[in-house]
Amino acid sequence: MFDISPAEWTAILLSLRVAVVATLVATPFGIALAWLLARYEFWGKSVIDAVVHLPLVLPPVVTGYLLLLALGRRGLIGAWLADNLGIVFAFRWTGAALACGVMSFPLLVRPIRLSIEAIDRRLEQAASTLGAPPWKVFAGVTLPLALPGVLAGMVLGFAKAIGEFGATITFVSNIPGETQTISSAIYSLIQTPDGDAAAGRLVVVSTVIAMGALIASEWFARRATKRLHGN
Amino acid sequence: MLRVDVTKQLGEFSLEASFESQGRVTGLFGASGAGKTSLINMIAGLLRPDRGVIALDGETLDDTSKGVHVPPHRRRIGYVFQDARLFPHLNVRQNLDYGRRMNGVTEDAAQFARITDLLDIGHLLDRRPGKLSGGERQRVALGRALLSKPRLLLLDEPLGSLDEGRKEEILPYLVRLRDEGIPMVYVSHDAAELRQLATQIVMLKRGRVTALGGVKVLT
Repeated sequence: MFDISPAEWTAILLSLRVAVVATLVATPFGIALAWLLARYEFWGKSVIDAVVHLPLVLPPVVTGYLLLLALGRRGLIGAWLADNLGIVFAFRWTGAALACGVMSFPLLVRPIRLSIEAIDRRLEQAASTLGAPPWKVFAGVTLPLALPGVLAGMVLGFAKAIGEFGATITFVSNIPGETQTISSAIYSLIQTPDGDAAAGRLVVVSTVIAMGALIASEWFARRATKRLHGN
Repeated sequence: MLRVDVTKQLGEFSLEASFESQGRVTGLFGASGAGKTSLINMIAGLLRPDRGVIALDGETLDDTSKGVHVPPHRRRIGYVFQDARLFPHLNVRQNLDYGRRMNGVTEDAAQFARITDLLDIGHLLDRRPGKLSGGERQRVALGRALLSKPRLLLLDEPLGSLDEGRKEEILPYLVRLRDEGIPMVYVSHDAAELRQLATQIVMLKRGRVTALGGVKVLT
């Protein structure tokens, strides 16, 4: 029963690759945006905040369709990227990573923002009186103190990315070996006669990955909290 | 020499202070809410005056009429906060080393040993701030500020968060520090403390300087 076929392995590895790349690329942007939202008041802040959270409330198929309109081969930005830089997202695994990154972005940003808001800013003042310029204060005090939130955001984002379905299949379709992730493979299998066993195996695999991510995040959070509270 | 002539509006509270200090230890004396902390925050560069001038040893740090404001990290002014503010994610040694690292100064083992001896914190180096007593924390904060080699040291009620016994524990270290010769601005609402440490007093009341002079103005 538990012989994972090469085709299933392909979907599993692709899912992992897509989720890892989506998380790693989104994290610096997430940190920058979380910091901006936590620390600054500016015109249009609530609009940015709303746009970031949009993928959370829009039907995923709408997000995927919007990505297709914008970044598809004939899309506004997509055509320009393809003609000038040779970058194509549509129907490629990179497009799947992009869709997953966009969908998981709100989940990534939120814990980071909360942890930055919770930092005692007087510690940053202390750092500046010791001669640290703003970027060193950020790198040496703010970021390490926000680490539990950053890790929590990354794990949440990763978990969301690995389970993403609607936006991905709308934007980059369901091409085995290129854009067929675990979710879209399960979707195909349950529509195929005799696909139940294979679908079942993939369900087990995705459950194991999700559980692993949750346990890892719990462990990281505990370690980081311990570190920050001086033990 | 420190020259301060500033005004700052903070909500309902207005601060208008002008003084010059030649003293080695300038005692900034006043009740809580007199504006002492706001004043030294301005000297440190953490708070910008609405109007006025702050100059240290002939260098202008703030001059609102010329749009000058030197940011805190370029002032080389050490600051010991009432609540120590040690970095919780670093151990004592890393806390002490922070200023030196930020300023890109090479390690000076002799100076490090001298300061840790002076403050009796040599046995705490591998501990985290969370594992220190209030008095130990304050001594580490003193050491951290000193090791950044400041040209002026600001101390904001460094004994304020300690009980009587602990105060007695720290005071001798502050006297030693004064005798090291680093100019200090020492903020306190405790006249007895200032009598022991200060060489010059600036008395502050509801945002105004009401008296200037030697320690005898405290009586």
